[in-house]
Amino acid sequence: MNITTELVDYVSELSRLKLPEEEKAPMAAQLEQIIGYMDILNTLDTDHIEPMSHTFPVKNVLQEDEVEVFPNRDALLAGAPAHDEEAFFVPKTVD
Amino acid sequence: MQELLSYSAVELGRLLRKGELSVKEATKAALSAIDGRQRGNNAFITVTGDEALARAEQVQRRLLSGEGVGPLTGVPAAIKDNICTQGVKTTCASKIMGDFLSPYQATVMEKLEQAGAVSLGKLNMDEFAMGSTTEASFYGPTRNPWDLGRVPGGSSGGAAAAVAAGECWYALGSDTGGSIRQPASYCGVTGMKPTYGAVSRYGLIAYASSLDQIGPLARTAEDCAAILDVIMGKDRRDGTSLDAPCGGLLAGLNPDLTGMTVGIPVDCFEDGLDPDVRKRVLSVADVLKGRGASIEEFRLPVMQYVVPTYYIIAAAEASSNLSRFDGVKYGWRAQGYEDLTDLYCKTRTEGFGSEVKRRILLGTFVLSSGYYDAFYRKALQVKHVIKSAFDDAFSRYDLILMPVAPTTAPRLGESLSDPLKMYLSDIYTVSVNLAGLPGLSMPCGFDRQGLPVGAQLIGPALREQAILNAAYAYQQDTDYHKQAPVAAEGGKRA
Repeated sequence: MNITTELVDYVSELSRLKLPEEEKAPMAAQLEQIIGYMDILNTLDTDHIEPMSHTFPVKNVLQEDEVEVFPNRDALLAGAPAHDEEAFFVPKTVD
Repeated sequence: MQELLSYSAVELGRLLRKGELSVKEATKAALSAIDGRQRGNNAFITVTGDEALARAEQVQRRLLSGEGVGPLTGVPAAIKDNICTQGVKTTCASKIMGDFLSPYQATVMEKLEQAGAVSLGKLNMDEFAMGSTTEASFYGPTRNPWDLGRVPGGSSGGAAAAVAAGECWYALGSDTGGSIRQPASYCGVTGMKPTYGAVSRYGLIAYASSLDQIGPLARTAEDCAAILDVIMGKDRRDGTSLDAPCGGLLAGLNPDLTGMTVGIPVDCFEDGLDPDVRKRVLSVADVLKGRGASIEEFRLPVMQYVVPTYYIIAAAEASSNLSRFDGVKYGWRAQGYEDLTDLYCKTRTEGFGSEVKRRILLGTFVLSSGYYDAFYRKALQVKHVIKSAFDDAFSRYDLILMPVAPTTAPRLGESLSDPLKMYLSDIYTVSVNLAGLPGLSMPCGFDRQGLPVGAQLIGPALREQAILNAAYAYQQDTDYHKQAPVAAEGGKRA
């Protein structure tokens, strides 16, 4: 499969990444090589195989909803690059 | 001093309980070893010497009181830096984490504390556990104590190097596609990835959630059993943790392998495997036979599909998991952004290293509209085929013996230039994660250059005891696990 720099741009946008121009072509080439190698999976007939997310038969793990107040809000906020006593700060998003 | 550091964790625990030395003496010996070797091997990102010494006194009082004392009480350990530690920064070896201080302890840290562990600090790794060499760290590469010109493996390379160099008696690592077993192999230590769900992932910074598992790196299988006794168990804070019996692995160790059948998948010993590695790994079968096991060869043709399946699933999950790092809620934020989207993009582009970005892009691609069925859904189907192949093998064999890696430790700088080649070197480890199985790597000799070779033992889900018994039996009859590098010079065997 041909991986173009346009496709790299598209996937970067979805990933919220912005690669510098000079990194786009090498990244496209590497992804093309990796994705090309993944073609080997198409030699295996899986038409009647169920996709498997979990290796063990896990049922829904249900528990009653219980509100637990995290005891250390200050510590949660302290990890943020910009914050005050009660909120994370981001640039203005709505006028 | 050196003698003290050559004890296994269980042996040291015994000496501490007998009062033959103090927790502080053991802690000081480890800190002094770190001090002498860190510059050479860069195994640690953060060393918490003062906290460790204070903790040592506290644990000493516990030993004297005799309450809550177990095999590992007072034994100093170190922790891979993707496991959250309250009060000590957790970096995932990434710039984007900044000086992140976790507001809570990982479950495994709570369990280690209850068991009386003394933590010496946080260990280097590939950024977000993505890599096979520990070169992809924002804090610089870790070097292999057996030869400082070589990589320690990855991603738990700091953990393997620290144990091998005698800087701690054991370490906790994490294994998503071999990240405990492969560095254990390259550094000549014993490391185990438990069954998926056996150890809580609460507080482990996620790479690929359906594959990630925390486990021990130590000198011996006996040590691994003692550590797993502490960290395994159901945790309501991890919905995938298994409600299965745990504990008793150390007490249950039995070197008599009579009646055990070990399968050798011949597909794993063909082209691409270094001849020295092949010879050493196959020699393990003879030792197990001597302890009563019977050995049989079989075919495991799914091996050709494991690497692409793993990289599709792991990258897909990584692209989703790492979306939380956006410069808002924690960690580092880029400067000079125009709006919120630009803040996200700049922070992520400048904050993630190239291997992490490659996997995010790959994962986003395989999940994107138009490619999802051909890649991600296909990989989940092949995962089913791989799991069934292992189920079939375990209907005939108690354990599987195979290599951990195709070669011994490569030189620094040899791997990163060709990502696909690096991914392919994960061929023997990733299937264990895809099938959710327990797997152990143990030292089984040296190649012609004097570098450690590891052998891998794989068992059915929740059969950790069988694996540990086989490794324990092997280590009764061999002394490869007792050999240590001349750490200071990064030379060969002591």
